[in-house]
Amino acid sequence: MSAPILVAEGLTRHFGKFVALKNVSVAFEGGKLSAIIGPNGAGKSTFFNVLSGAFRPTSGRIVFDGKDITGAKQHQFARMGIAKSFQITNLFPQLSAHENVRVAAQMRYARFDILTPRASMTQLIERADALLERVGLAAARNQPARDLAHGQQRSLEIAMALACDPRLLLLDEPTAGMSPEETITMMDLIVQLAAERTVILVEHKMKLVMGICQRLIVLHHGELLAEGTPEDIRANDEVRRVYLGQGNP
Amino acid sequence: MGGFLDFVSRHRVAAVVLFLMVFPWVLPYEALAVNILLFGLYAMGLNLLFGYTGLLSFGHAAFLGAGSYGTGIVMVHYGWPWYAAILLGVALATFFGVIMGYLAIRSRGVYFSMVTLALAQCIYYIFYKAEKLTGGENGLRGVKVEPINIAGYQLDFLNPTTKYYVILAFVAAALWFVSRILGSPFGAVIETVRENERRSAACGYDVARTKLLAFVLSAMICGLAGSLRALHLSIVPIDALHYLTSGQAVMMCLLGGMGTFFGPFVGAAAFLLIEDLVTNVTRYWQFVVGVVFIIFVLFFPRGIWGSLLHWSRR
Repeated sequence: MSAPILVAEGLTRHFGKFVALKNVSVAFEGGKLSAIIGPNGAGKSTFFNVLSGAFRPTSGRIVFDGKDITGAKQHQFARMGIAKSFQITNLFPQLSAHENVRVAAQMRYARFDILTPRASMTQLIERADALLERVGLAAARNQPARDLAHGQQRSLEIAMALACDPRLLLLDEPTAGMSPEETITMMDLIVQLAAERTVILVEHKMKLVMGICQRLIVLHHGELLAEGTPEDIRANDEVRRVYLGQGNP
Repeated sequence: MGGFLDFVSRHRVAAVVLFLMVFPWVLPYEALAVNILLFGLYAMGLNLLFGYTGLLSFGHAAFLGAGSYGTGIVMVHYGWPWYAAILLGVALATFFGVIMGYLAIRSRGVYFSMVTLALAQCIYYIFYKAEKLTGGENGLRGVKVEPINIAGYQLDFLNPTTKYYVILAFVAAALWFVSRILGSPFGAVIETVRENERRSAACGYDVARTKLLAFVLSAMICGLAGSLRALHLSIVPIDALHYLTSGQAVMMCLLGGMGTFFGPFVGAAAFLLIEDLVTNVTRYWQFVVGVVFIIFVLFFPRGIWGSLLHWSRR
């Protein structure tokens, strides 16, 4: 087993009196594709938001690459190499698809530079073009992000998350609202990406991830229900009960 | 038309400077041209924050006034030469920009606007009460610009044409600076903050610091406008700090087209031309400006220049 890249230690998150996440501890191995699954209301999104730095945990620790990063700000997560895509499409609507990716790629090179012309930073322009090509958006390069079709916007999300070359990629329901064909393309892309870096994704539909993930984390009522390989999970009676009880495996 | 506008946009600094060089010759008198120059620069400073970063400040008169008073006070009371006094005026505006920005960026949306308004009112009263230095209600009088020699050539501010071109030189430098900011990596980051703050943070940008830097740069540009205005008027009226002056910059941006490079200048020109033409007919020129403003906000939210750009690109 390789060293864990991201460790959640006893993560708990309250919203007022409601406990959305209860004492969840998971170690994510580097270089693997892991998926967080669970029925509606299981606390997947809360867990994702805590892991990606959007919410602070009420208690518990997050350790990335051996460093305690609990309570770091959102932009610091990105700077350390943790990129994420959002469940609800979250782009820069008036900017072109290319500019969306270019500005995401720019983060590593220039944040407060007020004098260098952007046009001279050709490596960023080329990188953005290469990423658009990779997610199949080369033809939509100059369209404002808000004019893209839903599936294209989802792909743009991925391109933006990839733009700063993260060590860890967190994807929140990357196929939400996609057609079956688009879903297949997206899953193929995710498998390709997982060959290069650590990927953690949150998914509602268990079937989608069973075939491609090396590791599954099952949440239920904000607690860790099971963790293991897809085979382990498939054989787990409790997981079955939870999913079957819901009627839609 | 589209090709021409693209050409102008590509060489925007050269285009606007060239235009401003012939500008006083097409207007009825030069004081109006200088006014448009100064208010255009002032509105452009606000536009950096309002149009590009998406933060609506109702307190930018504080920076126009700080620039004016900073320059005026050291010239009247301490006998500084005007070029050094400009530096001090800009520095004072920048200083206020840091303080106001630091406090205001903690809140968002309409609360941000209210905080800027409130802080600007504080600055208004500080200058209003410091009568010994600022002249209080009467304004600061006697900002006299001594003629200076540059390589044997007399620069005399009493000659309106000379004054126009000296001020234009400073405005041109500021335009170049703003254009550089907008074309820089930071210029892209402020647009992401306007578009989607949450995503910008997720991309690794420190939103709070980005806003603060945008705020300070914006204050600096407005400070320069104020500083030059003190030289132009040779007095500093207390109105410079008044909240109506803050509102004027917002109106000029909206009228011309926020978030466009030329918009603020077009807006300032439209505003001041309407004022100039209508005052010949009636005292109630603000009524006409108000009606025009409402028409634009309701039917042409992109403003004059913004709508032109939009139609030409369709």
